[in-house]
Amino acid sequence: MARLMGLTGNEAIAYAVKQCNVDVVAAYPITPQTIMVEVISEYVHNGEINAEFICVESEHSAMSACVGASLTGARVFTATASQGLALMHEMLYIASGLRCPIVMGVANRALSAPINIHGDHSDMMGSRDCGWIQIYAENAQEAYDWIIQAFKIAEDPRVLLPVSVNIDGFILSHSMEGVSVLDDEDVLSFLPPRKPVITVDPDKPITVGALCLPDYYFEIKFQQIQALKEAYNVIREVNREYEKLTGRRYDFVDSYAMDDADAAIVCLGSTAGTAKAVARWLRSEGKKVGVVKPWVYRPFPEEELIKALGDVKALAVLDKACSFGAPFNALCSDIIATLYRYGKDIKVFNCLYGLGGRDITPNDLKAIFNDALEIAKTGIVKEYMKFIGVRE
Amino acid sequence: MVRLHDLPVEELFTSGHRLCAGCGAGIIMRMTMKALRGPTIVVNATGCVEVSSTIYPYTSWKVSWVHVAFENAAAVASGIEAAYKAMRRRGAWDKHVDVIAIAGDGGTFDIGIQALSGALERGHDFLYICYDNEAYMNTGIQRSGATPHGAATTTSPAGKKIPGKPEFKKDLIGICAAHGIEYAATASPAYWSDYITKVRKGLEVNGPAVIHVFSPCPLGMRHDSSKSIEIARLAVQTRYWPVYEVERGKYKLNIKVPQPKPLIEFLKMQERFRHLFQPEFQHELEALQRWVDDNWRRITALCGETT
Repeated sequence: MARLMGLTGNEAIAYAVKQCNVDVVAAYPITPQTIMVEVISEYVHNGEINAEFICVESEHSAMSACVGASLTGARVFTATASQGLALMHEMLYIASGLRCPIVMGVANRALSAPINIHGDHSDMMGSRDCGWIQIYAENAQEAYDWIIQAFKIAEDPRVLLPVSVNIDGFILSHSMEGVSVLDDEDVLSFLPPRKPVITVDPDKPITVGALCLPDYYFEIKFQQIQALKEAYNVIREVNREYEKLTGRRYDFVDSYAMDDADAAIVCLGSTAGTAKAVARWLRSEGKKVGVVKPWVYRPFPEEELIKALGDVKALAVLDKACSFGAPFNALCSDIIATLYRYGKDIKVFNCLYGLGGRDITPNDLKAIFNDALEIAKTGIVKEYMKFIGVRE
Repeated sequence: MVRLHDLPVEELFTSGHRLCAGCGAGIIMRMTMKALRGPTIVVNATGCVEVSSTIYPYTSWKVSWVHVAFENAAAVASGIEAAYKAMRRRGAWDKHVDVIAIAGDGGTFDIGIQALSGALERGHDFLYICYDNEAYMNTGIQRSGATPHGAATTTSPAGKKIPGKPEFKKDLIGICAAHGIEYAATASPAYWSDYITKVRKGLEVNGPAVIHVFSPCPLGMRHDSSKSIEIARLAVQTRYWPVYEVERGKYKLNIKVPQPKPLIEFLKMQERFRHLFQPEFQHELEALQRWVDDNWRRITALCGETT
């Protein structure tokens, strides 16, 4: 029987990790993720889980230890944010390159300088090409649900790739919500112990991490590309199986009021919650607006996005991380590339918002919707890049 | 001390690797594999041994072997050790697994010192072996924290003004022993029985152990490739490389050198020290000699020896 618990985003992730029966957690404290590792440490010290908690001396070593542990066939979790993720950067590529199904909780936070502890997506967006499956949750419930699904996706022999589950720093990591949690037995039946395909079993010696020169490197990277494609099918299967268990339906893309929408906002994470509320409010005034939220950012769900966008005429794509010097920020670039590929003539503008935790208010979102509606009517984009709430 | 006929005939580090002729590290790897006592996983930091022994799709290793990156062999070993602990507890694994991390001096003294310190402090049950060829030989002979005073490398060249490396070598075993680990030792491949015995001892210790072994490098130290073991022996016999161990904080000198050979016999065989023999750099030669004397006095005093 499912129960309702009052949990912050961090606690929801830690609770899910506990129910997933992990073997090894190697992590280092960093705001706003710290509570995840504190709660997991409590589980370990109270004998509530079997896991070995490695209190490493840096995030670089956290991911290194995770890779080592994962190669033995163990189930492995870590968590980080911001500078910690940046310090891990080298190891993120190795974790995916060595096909380690590690799951990582990220409480997204701005990158220095200037130092700032609040939420934006600079950390994960800075590592978006690292070969990981990347998921953004809108609230604590989604964070809990995605962690459980993430292990099943990652460890599937067709995938064998690491997964990051992202929650907005402070907005989600530190806000308490009612979270419907599963019984331990239900999680266990959904996610049995890991069945590794190849391990560094000392009884059956193998060499892992050999030097690959130009004659082999490309093929091995190509296999990774194919694994991410394969992950597409696995994510869908896992989402459907989880829906059967919980009644909660997950997919690549979450869409709200898109059936007859003229204009829409595309954004990641918690901002979608506010955007949905504003859309509802504008709908009551007769304005046809909707919201599209990619749950899965990598692999980028092109087909599902096109489907979700339907006949919308104008899009405001919201980015919470800056791609300095680029024509558009990351999410917007991906959306535009997808529209181009599918031959869709939808007008798009990009809004950079929320850097360093700058709040985005319902009024900000209302103005963005109205701008998008205006473009939907006229077909003219006057400003391709807007900066929301910044003093120029 | 292990005897020759005690050693297994089986080679777990096999021929066919692409290490240079006369490479000390290759000899050390072969000896290391002779000391194993059961299921073993080797974690190899990026470096000469790694790039030369596992060029895909080939491998010289008949034990399970993992390479992850340069600076993190100790952290990767931590993860492997912890994983087996957890899997043993839940009944998914039933044997003890020896974990050996292997790194060069760059991967240990410099970029890997943080990960090593962390792993030693946390007390993981693993053996860390640093094969020390006293510079970044894999990238083409750049100075490291292990390069001795005066040695010429490509980033501490024998210039007209600055003749080689101005700084002195770090005390790795002192740093490791200060973590309160149960076993730390130095070794030289010229004293194979001492080294293999120490590897076994390091594996048997319940907790972290560190072995710091001198590794001749014909290319980087610039010596005759047929003289590697001779140089490794001279390093000990000139007191340049004291061979000792630290067991639970207690120092013990394993190879006594009552009548040391002149340091120049060791230096003269290696081109990296050639410039020190120019008259204007006499003082640098003396400085290196002083360091050797002081280091010997310090180590032997810690060992309770009188010289």
